[in-house]
Amino acid sequence: MSDWIDIGALEEIAPRGARVVKTAMGCVAVFRTGADEVFALENRCPHKGGPLSEGIVHGNKVTCPLHNWVFSLETGAAQGADEGTVPTYPARVENGRILLEHSFLQSRMAAE
Amino acid sequence: MTKKLIVIGAGMASGRALEHLFDSDPEAYDVTLFNAEPRGNYNRIMLSPVLSGEKTYDEIVTHDDAWYEDNGVTCRFGEKITRIDREAKTVTAENGDVLSYDKLLFGTGSNPFMIPLPGHDLNGVIAYRDLEDTELMMSMGPDNKVVVIGGGLLGLEAAAGMAARGVDVTVVHIMGHLMERQLDEAAGYLLRKALMDKSITVKCSANSKEILGENGRVKALLLDDGTELPCDLLVMAVGIRPNVKLAQDAGLAVGKGIHVDDQMITSDEDVLAVGECVEHNGAIFGLVAPLYDQAKVAAKTLLGEEAAFVQKSLSTKLKVTGCDLFSAGDFADGEGREDIVFRDPARGVYKRLVLEENRVVGAVFYGDTSDSNWFFGLIQSGEDVSDMRDTLIFGPAYQGGATLDPMAAVAALPDDAEICGCNGVSKGDIVAAITGGATDLAAVRAVTKASGSCGTCTGLVEQVLGVTLGDDFVIPAAASMCGCTDMSHEDVRRMIKSQELKSMAAVWQELGWKTSCGCHVCRPALNFYLLADWPVEYKDDPQSRFINERKHANIQKDGTYSVVPRMWGGMTTPNELRAIADAAEKYNVPTVHVTGGQRIDLLGVRGEDLPDIWRDLNAAGMVSGHAYAKGLRTVKTCVGKDHCRFGTQDSTGLGIKIEKKLWGSWTPHKVKLAVSGCPRNCAEATCKDIGVVCVDSGYQVGVAGAAGMDVKETERLADVATEEEALDYITAFMQLYRENAKYLDRPYKWVAKVGLDWVKEQVFDETTRNGLIERFELSQSIYQKDPWAEEAQKSEEKYQPLADFKLEAAE
Repeated sequence: MSDWIDIGALEEIAPRGARVVKTAMGCVAVFRTGADEVFALENRCPHKGGPLSEGIVHGNKVTCPLHNWVFSLETGAAQGADEGTVPTYPARVENGRILLEHSFLQSRMAAE
Repeated sequence: MTKKLIVIGAGMASGRALEHLFDSDPEAYDVTLFNAEPRGNYNRIMLSPVLSGEKTYDEIVTHDDAWYEDNGVTCRFGEKITRIDREAKTVTAENGDVLSYDKLLFGTGSNPFMIPLPGHDLNGVIAYRDLEDTELMMSMGPDNKVVVIGGGLLGLEAAAGMAARGVDVTVVHIMGHLMERQLDEAAGYLLRKALMDKSITVKCSANSKEILGENGRVKALLLDDGTELPCDLLVMAVGIRPNVKLAQDAGLAVGKGIHVDDQMITSDEDVLAVGECVEHNGAIFGLVAPLYDQAKVAAKTLLGEEAAFVQKSLSTKLKVTGCDLFSAGDFADGEGREDIVFRDPARGVYKRLVLEENRVVGAVFYGDTSDSNWFFGLIQSGEDVSDMRDTLIFGPAYQGGATLDPMAAVAALPDDAEICGCNGVSKGDIVAAITGGATDLAAVRAVTKASGSCGTCTGLVEQVLGVTLGDDFVIPAAASMCGCTDMSHEDVRRMIKSQELKSMAAVWQELGWKTSCGCHVCRPALNFYLLADWPVEYKDDPQSRFINERKHANIQKDGTYSVVPRMWGGMTTPNELRAIADAAEKYNVPTVHVTGGQRIDLLGVRGEDLPDIWRDLNAAGMVSGHAYAKGLRTVKTCVGKDHCRFGTQDSTGLGIKIEKKLWGSWTPHKVKLAVSGCPRNCAEATCKDIGVVCVDSGYQVGVAGAAGMDVKETERLADVATEEEALDYITAFMQLYRENAKYLDRPYKWVAKVGLDWVKEQVFDETTRNGLIERFELSQSIYQKDPWAEEAQKSEEKYQPLADFKLEAAE
């Protein structure tokens, strides 16, 4: 059984938007799609390190704001001709609250 | 001995059946005709021309008294039948008369369907069915308002007929486009436009809630969005229901309509039925063609001859003057179905064929229906059209025996055929230009002006180039906006305007987006088109903007941002400079740079610090410089006659005025301006999107310059004498660009497409210019605001992390 940590309300993220969660090991981008699904990904494009949380969210995909690489929010895989993968992390919505996995956050804090 | 035939209902179907009967064997039956309406058979589908005043009632009578007399028909008009006894084979009339029959023919037609809205029984709420309804509508005049519920065939004919009498008519239709059963969206849209030109108000996707009355009479229609449409008469034209009451009472098999077999015989072998009251193989009928087929079959059956009714594809023509419209067959999208579409927006022509397995299964034509019969024939015959597919849409004139060249249709056009409707350029003019050395689109445009205005004939011009030059010319493919749609930017923009699409969802839905919510290519473009075309109605969607416009700062390669305060006309003060210096130190800005547009750029600001640094700069009186926007950037100036010994005018003063007028406006791409005080041009105004060069006599306004990927000198839009005129022309140009250009086309690219002559025509025409300025000012009333102040106040949290576990860990 994994524990989940409440990081905020769903409506604190705009639909088709994202916010970041800061951790000792860098930012995690938390996305909310138009269909109110939530995904957590490393906030770093494998191409040139662009902040994915600032990209345009469309369907279950996000476009990096720096050079328009497109990634699946579900798998983290680059779409089309580009190659690369963004790490994805467990995230879910319960009663309008966004939850990230405790052990995952723990591992991101332990580094320092 | 002559048999007795009793006919119930003197309508078009039963009337036609009688005609066939008397033609074949006038002696076969002794006919008695009952009709609830106090008159004989008239051409009901011609009620619309009667309503509009194009015909009189007398002209649409099909069978007059003499006809009934000649054929020995006993007419009992204005009388209903109250009872049928099928055992005894008798009918009972309203007055108690009992008449016997050998054969009985139902032609009871249909009843209009009245939506049971509250108030539907008020006086002045009518259907559109018979002469009485028509006469009520004809009593309306220019002082009256009428609401028609129903944007189908009948409702639109009623609306157009009354509009022709000067009545103020509003059509309320529940579906997204008019005549959705006969027309696809594009044709429905053209129709709507044509009706609006006739001063008919059309409200689609509108739900009626209640009919409001006063003293028992209709007063207004209330929609569920709260809109109240006042009216003196309300016409419901939402559909018909077969009139089956009498048949049901007589115990005949009845479903939606009276069940008949292929011989038009009901469940009783001595009782037949034709027309709108019947149900045949699950279908009911409202158009005239199948009714006539049924009549023919019924007559033969009555005479004991073999005949069978077969349902065929139907075609529809709308009887509204000036709306030339035809639809036939099935034109729904579907797997394995392909479309051939031809559009000529300048002429208002739209043609669409739907093909399935190389056969034409549906057709919709608007604006030009001259070949519709030929296409209807193809639908009915189910002929394989693969051999003529390339030129099919051009009609029978372009079909030959040999394999066809795709460009044959263009090649076959006569020299005097008009290619460019805006500029009146014929094919001959274009061919002459090409043979005279104009060998590409731009050259042809420069010589003949063809395709230089609205641009919709661009494809045709290219085909003429192709036909004339042969293999030397390659036609460029029209690019679609992105993977979400096959439509080009231009098409999408046109649809947003004409179909009045006012939200992102409306565009996705109405234009058939292939993705659920667009992509990073189309969303920013759509967001701009919508806010530019519908500044009041559309709500800007930050999530459809590129990060720079969402965060009002330019993202840098390391994820930090740059901040540029506005310096009006490139002017600043010691106070502003001090505030900028303070902010730079306070927020550890690593780089301070002077831009090419006479502004100061603070580079390397952290995203979370943006609201704070903006607040500090706001406090010193500065606002966002929009250095990140597809919008008005900077107006660069020289110091002009205040200081310069060569200056002819107050160039800084004019620059500031221009910037104060234009700032905050969103445009298809960034727009940079400059004002130089004399032809020495220190502000480099001749390579800007818009540049003013001051001279002794006034101001030279140039547009469409470039100094980026391309370098290009401006072209002269106008020479004007006063600052006010310069401002007017610049504002009008900005708005024209905002309303017409493709997203991400700088003005120089757009002007190259539409031609400077067309741009000049628009801004030089006083009415057009004032309209452009008015619309710009309306948009500015909403969008001219400092995003820094707003964001720092309202949405500061979106610049902050949702949660910070780094801090928690540190604590």
